[in-house]
Amino acid sequence: MATDFGSFFLNSLPNLLNGLGYTLLLTFISIAVGFFLGITLALGRVYGNKIINGFCVGYIELIRGTPLLVQLFIIYFGLPSVGIIFSPLQAALIGLAINSGAYQAEYLRGSIQSVESGQMTAARSLGMNKLQSIRHVILPQALRISIPAWSNEFIYLLQYSSIAYIIQVAELTAEGKFIAAHTFRYLEVFAMIAVIYLVLTIVSTEIIDRIAKHLSIPGIGAAKRVSLRDI
Amino acid sequence: MAMLEVKDIYKAYGNVEVLKGVSFTMEKEETKVIIGPSGTGKSTLLRCINQLSLPNKGQVWLDGEEITNPKTNINKIREKIGFVFQDFNLFNHLTALRNVSIGLEKVKRIEKEAAQTRAMQELTRVGLEAQASQYPAQLSGGQKQRVGIARALAMDPDVILFDEPTSALDPELIGDVLDVMKSLAGKVAMLVVTHEMGFARNVADEIIFMEGGVIVEQGPPKEMFTNAKLARTREFLGRIGALYGEEETGG
Ligand SMILES: Nc1ncnc2c1ncn2[C@@H]1O[C@H](COP(=O)(O)OP(=O)(O)O)[C@@H](O)[C@H]1O
Ligand SMILES: [Mg+2]
Repeated sequence: MATDFGSFFLNSLPNLLNGLGYTLLLTFISIAVGFFLGITLALGRVYGNKIINGFCVGYIELIRGTPLLVQLFIIYFGLPSVGIIFSPLQAALIGLAINSGAYQAEYLRGSIQSVESGQMTAARSLGMNKLQSIRHVILPQALRISIPAWSNEFIYLLQYSSIAYIIQVAELTAEGKFIAAHTFRYLEVFAMIAVIYLVLTIVSTEIIDRIAKHLSIPGIGAAKRVSLRDI
Repeated sequence: MAMLEVKDIYKAYGNVEVLKGVSFTMEKEETKVIIGPSGTGKSTLLRCINQLSLPNKGQVWLDGEEITNPKTNINKIREKIGFVFQDFNLFNHLTALRNVSIGLEKVKRIEKEAAQTRAMQELTRVGLEAQASQYPAQLSGGQKQRVGIARALAMDPDVILFDEPTSALDPELIGDVLDVMKSLAGKVAMLVVTHEMGFARNVADEIIFMEGGVIVEQGPPKEMFTNAKLARTREFLGRIGALYGEEETGG
């Protein structure tokens, strides 16, 4: 039994690694693109005029108010009918990044607003313009505050990128389904996959915690991560 | 021509008129102390001077330039007006040294190394060279405020506005801050909102008594303390003197 599982595992490994590669690709690209999108939207919400603020609110509410799966279907199955065609991977990357951007915008906005107002006052009093104040004073503090939430977002994306299997992206879960369908060893396959997700989650959480500690402001300490259950 | 001229400033928040026509002038290197009950508009006046709040009416002139004119580059002007806050407002994520040098680097565009050398000089001036690499959360209130003063000084301002710089401090830490301020008297113009009567009496060239959004009376400390014209001024000075004392702090 043990050797049987061992050889089954080894036979499955190339597929699993291939899937893992796509999962990591989806996760890293969408968290990074979503981050820049999120920062732009958050700044627009906090500092933008009525029009910019309204646009950002509209985007965020639209994305957060509709299921990720529906967004993926619109991008992958819907847009071709107006002549915009994406590969499954492209559609998944766009969908996850757009989605993550909206969520990241909301907690980045919270972090920006939690920086004391006196910080901006002091920066402006020195003669910094608004942009300089945001860049040199507000964001360095806000980004530190948002690391724990960002850690949760990373784990969320790591796991929910599996939704991309529905539009035929050969990520980890899709590869699992493929192997299982050919071997009928569902339990073992998905147990292996669960372990891989678990290890990835634990490792990435640990890495982000260390980054947070490294970036923590002496005398204040690192922002604490809340567990997914707390939010 | 006065270095700083505040001309008939009015400021309202909604229906509440906070400043109702405040005028005064300051010369180079003069020290003026503003006193008055809380809620009188002292902070609002300071914020109107560096345009953190925009007055509804009136003008502020600095070095012959009308800075209330919407066409002036206010960021350029603010380089010349230091501000020291009641609750310090040090940049939490920066060391004491970087708190002082960041304005030089980002606003005056001085190269990092030169900026930090200058920042170190200012920290030394306020007695904090040993704390240069510490973060605000690691400093005492008095040290924080001295960093705040160094941060303002580093920009070579024409005038520094102090908004109750010692009000948030434990009594035993007030003296250090007042000593630093006293050492600046005559070197840079200071407009100081404070309840520290010892400092007012011994350091100020003039005391301005504000109440209800207007200047009630102003004059040299000696005159104000011993010979104020208005009964209201005498009454306030008597009360505040009893409350805050005039002992050695800054004296
Ligand atoms: N941003 C603001 N919005 C509304 N009211 C304000 C604001 N700032 C100050 N005020 C009001 O203006 C009055 C004067 O305030 P302030 O200038 O802080 O007085 P002081 O510094 O003399 O204690 C107070 O009644 C205060 O509530
Ligand atoms: Mg005040």
